[in-house]
Amino acid sequence: MKQHFFTEEHDMFRKSVRDFVIKNLVPHANEWEEAEDYPKTLFKTLADMNFLGIRYPEKYGGMGLDIFYDIVFYEELYRSRMPGLCLDVMVDTDMATPVLFKHGTEEQKTKYLTKMIKGDAVFAIGYTEPNAGSDVAGIRSTAKKADGGYVLNGSKIFITNGTWADYIIVAAKTDSAKGHKGITLFLLDTKTKGFTVGRKLKKLGHHTSHTAELFFDDCFVPENMIVGEINKGFYYIMEGFQTERIMGSVGVIALAQVALEDAVNYAKERMTFGKPISQHQAIAHKLVDMATQLEAARQLAYHGAWLLDQGEDATKEISMAKLNSCEVANKVTYDAIQVFGGYGYMEEYPVARAYRDARMFTIGAGTTEIMKEIIAKRMGLY
Amino acid sequence: MKILVTVKRVSDPEAKLKIKPDGSWIQTEGVKFVVNPFDEIAVEEALRIKEKQTGEVVVVSIGEKVVTEQMRAALAMGADRGIFVNYTGSYDSYDVANILQKVVEQEKPDIIILGKQAVDDDMGAAGFMLAELLGYPQAAFASKVEISDDKKKAKVTREIDGGLEVKEVELPCVITADLRLNTPRYASLPNIMKAKQKPVKEVTVDALGAAVKPRVTVKKLTEPPKRKGGVKVESVQDLVTKLKNEAKVI
Repeated sequence: MKQHFFTEEHDMFRKSVRDFVIKNLVPHANEWEEAEDYPKTLFKTLADMNFLGIRYPEKYGGMGLDIFYDIVFYEELYRSRMPGLCLDVMVDTDMATPVLFKHGTEEQKTKYLTKMIKGDAVFAIGYTEPNAGSDVAGIRSTAKKADGGYVLNGSKIFITNGTWADYIIVAAKTDSAKGHKGITLFLLDTKTKGFTVGRKLKKLGHHTSHTAELFFDDCFVPENMIVGEINKGFYYIMEGFQTERIMGSVGVIALAQVALEDAVNYAKERMTFGKPISQHQAIAHKLVDMATQLEAARQLAYHGAWLLDQGEDATKEISMAKLNSCEVANKVTYDAIQVFGGYGYMEEYPVARAYRDARMFTIGAGTTEIMKEIIAKRMGLY
Repeated sequence: MKILVTVKRVSDPEAKLKIKPDGSWIQTEGVKFVVNPFDEIAVEEALRIKEKQTGEVVVVSIGEKVVTEQMRAALAMGADRGIFVNYTGSYDSYDVANILQKVVEQEKPDIIILGKQAVDDDMGAAGFMLAELLGYPQAAFASKVEISDDKKKAKVTREIDGGLEVKEVELPCVITADLRLNTPRYASLPNIMKAKQKPVKEVTVDALGAAVKPRVTVKKLTEPPKRKGGVKVESVQDLVTKLKNEAKVI
């Protein structure tokens, strides 16, 4: 069927990614989920397929393509049924590095962005702290001016790729008196003295994701590793949230889509009272509701992505897409388990995982409540 | 070295097909169409030969405008250019061989590679017919293809009942690709983007001077009979008796 945002080239790319995922990821899904780990060399494999620089310009090794190629990539990557792994990749290429591309120096881009695109370095974002998430102004990590650079102190939590990142975009207070106007972003090499990774965090879902606590103890960051301007970090973060939130929407919808397809296939085969449960109206209507809500969520996310790609300020639409898609996906994965009945509650059925994995999305990249706050302000309610 | 490869548009082998109510053909609405999997293998082999020998890979497709979608997919894998034979109407394997013969006479390729059969009608005839019409040597069902150093011969390993047969054919020749010949590559993102710019020449059957006179036509499609439920046998003796007298297999 024709799709507004997708051309024949997008479709060809979809086939390539799907074949790649079926051959290279699907066979490992159970093993990697159980191990809560996968080889870091996967980033190189993805890079060799030109998957890690889809939207970045060719001069940095990217493909210079529109956001819908990226969306195709994630929609297919989530078919691996390893949302944790997908999140690691998404943070690396679409959440951590965009700020470097937008506000970094030419030298930083040539040296570090290219490394990410080639799969030679993995990136993380270090914004969240034990006491500050979306309330970015409340961070306590500090960066004090020193000879030739800054000295970082503090800690971060829930950092995706934290256990194995080669570089982290760290937010720290350069002027404690100035609140949100005193935050600066730094590109930290994780080989820097004084940097330590705490424990790998055990989570409800996203088991293949590498989430950690990070500590900075007098980490020296040279001048040329400041991202953008001093004290402008807050604005860069807010701007970056838009990409992060739309990609999060795309991710959670892709995750729920797989759960929906699993539920439909199961319902057509599972027999009760002499016929497949898909022919019992209660189940049929449930599946219809799941598909309808998911389709509506997807189209709003596509619209938000398109606005973002056009360079529009789509904060309201993207916040709505994030709010809606994460809530819908939680409902869809919840219902998918209901369709599977007792089997759905069993660990060996992927819908059980999908349900746990979907749960993260109403929290990560800004909670449902924060989304509503943003939308309320944009509606002129406050 | 110039290699000509054929690409046919077929319904997705994984799609669940339904027959039109009048039985004339399958219902195509909502069905996904793909490159015939054996043709994908043929394209891959052509690309591998090209990468070793240098040269050009030319893709040919026959049919309505929509077949260029599958041709683009072959170009995205790395083929250099396409020839689209625009033809609306029905045709059989012999017509295809006739059309391809004209294309070969114009293009003069060193090797022609076809999939061993298309997975829609499973005829598997066009390759043989083409070789016969051209008077070229042929090696069907190839599982391995090696080109000699002087580029004059191809050593082709074929899968036959009970083993392998190795044939040596002089170029130009016709080869048909079997399942185990290779694993087709993914169309890489850079190649997908390049495919749009690659030249596709559109020709008509008339311009080629080919005659299309189907000798084989589809009379009617019907679904295979529904499987009936089995029966439980009481004892091994029962089973043996049934296998002997009813199934007549022992």
